[in-house]
Amino acid sequence: MSTLEIRDLHVSVDTKEILRGVNLTVRSGEIHAIMGPNGSGKSTLAYAIAGHPKYTITSGAVTLDGEDVLAMTVDERARAGLFLAMQYPVEVPGVSVANFLRTAVTAVRGEAPKLRLFTKELKQGMDALAIDASFAQRNLNEGFSGGEKKRHEILQLELLKPKIAILDETDSGLDVDALRVVSEGVNRFGAAGDTGVLLITHYTRILRYVKPDHVHVFAGGRIVEEGGPELADKLEAEGYERYTKASA
Amino acid sequence: MGLDSKPQSAVHAVSSYNLDDFPVPSGREEMWRFTPLSRLRGLHDGSAAVSGNVVVEVRPAPEVTVETVGRDDPRVGRAYTPTDRVSAQAYSSFEKATVITVPKEAVASGATVVSLRGDRPGVAYGHIVVVVEPLAEAVVVLDHQGSAVYADNVEFSVGDGATLKVVSLQEWAADAVHVSQHHARLGKDATFKSFVVTLGGDLVRLSPSVSYAGRGGDADLSGLYFVDAGQHIEHRLLVDHSVPDCRSNVDYRGALQGDEAHAVWIGDVVIRVEATGTDTYELNRNLLLTDGARADSVPNLEILTGEVTGAGHASASGRLDDEHTFYLQARGIPYDEARRLVIRGFFAQLIEKIEVQEIRDRVMAAVEAELAR
Repeated sequence: MSTLEIRDLHVSVDTKEILRGVNLTVRSGEIHAIMGPNGSGKSTLAYAIAGHPKYTITSGAVTLDGEDVLAMTVDERARAGLFLAMQYPVEVPGVSVANFLRTAVTAVRGEAPKLRLFTKELKQGMDALAIDASFAQRNLNEGFSGGEKKRHEILQLELLKPKIAILDETDSGLDVDALRVVSEGVNRFGAAGDTGVLLITHYTRILRYVKPDHVHVFAGGRIVEEGGPELADKLEAEGYERYTKASA
Repeated sequence: MGLDSKPQSAVHAVSSYNLDDFPVPSGREEMWRFTPLSRLRGLHDGSAAVSGNVVVEVRPAPEVTVETVGRDDPRVGRAYTPTDRVSAQAYSSFEKATVITVPKEAVASGATVVSLRGDRPGVAYGHIVVVVEPLAEAVVVLDHQGSAVYADNVEFSVGDGATLKVVSLQEWAADAVHVSQHHARLGKDATFKSFVVTLGGDLVRLSPSVSYAGRGGDADLSGLYFVDAGQHIEHRLLVDHSVPDCRSNVDYRGALQGDEAHAVWIGDVVIRVEATGTDTYELNRNLLLTDGARADSVPNLEILTGEVTGAGHASASGRLDDEHTFYLQARGIPYDEARRLVIRGFFAQLIEKIEVQEIRDRVMAAVEAELAR
């Protein structure tokens, strides 16, 4: 059982304050959806938790099972059990997917997996996400389509088995087929009950496939409304207009 | 630029076997302005009398012949005429030349390895001629090691329809100075692939150049360098397209780390009026791993005809991309390891092009050793 606690988090980029006091608790087995208009700070929350150097924490706290996440380096956070599926996964020339995945799995698990077992595990994971076998030899994210990048993020999620997974607009730019495959991956993962999921999205579309326990509406750098799945339905019907007006 | 002010042309104004045709450089010349002349130990001003020795040993493939010849051998200087002061100094100062011949239509069954080993930091001059006769194929490795102040010229004469692949490794000791001209003259439908790896030495200035003697010539010039604190590593490329329908591709990549680590890359490509149908591309990338390192990268493309198939160049020097290391770190990979992965990746696509497994492994191991510093 793990708990990610975010308390009164304020984050700036350069000197501009983007997050203005975020409070949120995510536990294993829970699926939280954070929804909000563009520019509301959703992605900033994701990257700040992951430790991207562009974001400065000006006040507040983030803990994972009581440990101070903000005191950790980016890689320490990942090894502690945080995972960020990125909206725009970075292309790294000359580094193969297979090499990258084996290196990451070794780092997170603390020991190198046996090659034979790892190959099998990788193949199963790729099959489940309908990823072609040739993928493993390609350069990391280089020339990947939008759908391939997102499937690859979910593959990493399944291999690294984090305590808390943050999915930053994993659904954007996907066609319906890719969205279904990716959603199945998230559900498979969520059903195991060991992971808390923070699903950041602009659209309600993915919520037809992934059922959140909690829905949070994000506007103006903070959570402005919280509820159950019914809140997503309301957003689908009414849009974000009322929140953007209120925060302006 | 006005009509009366012509741009600096990459086409050499002077080419001569006679040292006196080249004035002693002052360091202000375009050709010398990046090179610290004070570190050349007199190779450029006539004061460097022979005081050392570079031992040349050749392990040829069985199909290949090797001869040591005097200055008067007619094959010496046939494919190349010196185009700068140090090259002319080397040409007028060497005593014995090594001539490597791949006979007509012979396909060498293994690499021919030329070991050049300096035994002390004294001055030496050298000359190597590689003749690949029509339709023959060979791989030649030039393996430079040890201490020396060495200036030499290497001529590659690639016959019609022949293929020559050259790997030149500069793994000199830290005090070595090496100024070298590698010239390839390509016959009709000849293929030349050069892979230069420069890691060692205090100062290395290597000038690979290519000329074409017939249509259909294809030159592929790759280079990899790793420059550490205090090193000056300079590569000056010149591809002279003077014949129609030839191709050239240049890809040089380097990483620099430490104070006063200095890389220079000059990429001159000339497409003359008569060289219609030319297809050329050149690329240089530098990865600056620390403060205090400096890379000068100057691509020059002179196109004198409108009818080219392709002509392009790109040059980029910069730091390690934070987004790359962030992505890898976000998957639990510690920073140092993430950095190594990215640098290895930067070179990997080049190293994969080396066709001799043994050399590929050696270059990869050398890069690993640099990364571990």
